[in-house]
Amino acid sequence: MSAVATQTDQVSAVFIRATPEQVWEAITKPEFTTKYFYGTAVDSTFEVGSPYLSLSEDRSQRLAEGEVLECDPPRLLRHTWRTLYDEGASAEPPSRVTWEIEPQEDGTTKLTVVHDQLEASPLTAASVSGGWTYILSGLKTLLETGEPLVSR
Amino acid sequence: MDDDDRVFKALADPTRRHLLDRLFERDGRTLGELEADLEMTRFGVMKHLRVLEDAGLVTTRRSGREKHHFLNPVPIRLIHDRWIDKYTEHRVSALAELKTRLEESA
Repeated sequence: MSAVATQTDQVSAVFIRATPEQVWEAITKPEFTTKYFYGTAVDSTFEVGSPYLSLSEDRSQRLAEGEVLECDPPRLLRHTWRTLYDEGASAEPPSRVTWEIEPQEDGTTKLTVVHDQLEASPLTAASVSGGWTYILSGLKTLLETGEPLVSR
Repeated sequence: MDDDDRVFKALADPTRRHLLDRLFERDGRTLGELEADLEMTRFGVMKHLRVLEDAGLVTTRRSGREKHHFLNPVPIRLIHDRWIDKYTEHRVSALAELKTRLEESA
């Protein structure tokens, strides 16, 4: 990680009984994200410089948008993040989300999400706080059981 | 030991719960900040942090020579989801809120 950790960073991690490739699919395919990411469909080609979009399930609304900064399947995905579902937060400067996938010796895969560059975006920080915890536990349950977790 | 055993073991200690409380107040603290209000050797605090890290309750990020500690509530969320489903959620949080409110005003 080149980033310098600061106190506004949000770091969440989970160990998943799945391969790094399966975790990568769950992050990058809308048929998975709709089942654990508040019902949103991810939409991106994942080429560096291309948009990263989070759409409502029926694809009619953009709930978040960003730009792909780094993409190294199945190891690392980094993109900027602008919250669009909240008026105050959407006026703030874009922040950054990094998904790190690391295979473990015991056959599980560690997924870490770091949401940083939030220093100038307190409303965004507040609106995503707790959200990553919910998303990661849902992602783990989905991959390990094939069933979505709870209500969206 | 499975994942849940590690989480419950880690939580079954007042010092470790105190460390989590401190990170809940303000995330990303260094070892130096975390040991400041504990009457314990640096080594003792490191051992407790290690148990929390092994249970997945704390994640760390390095920045230069400093190591920052972040509260990771995902394992607690997973325990929550194991026994509290979307139908009981409302009932449970209403009662929890009532308890907090009554005890605050008492």
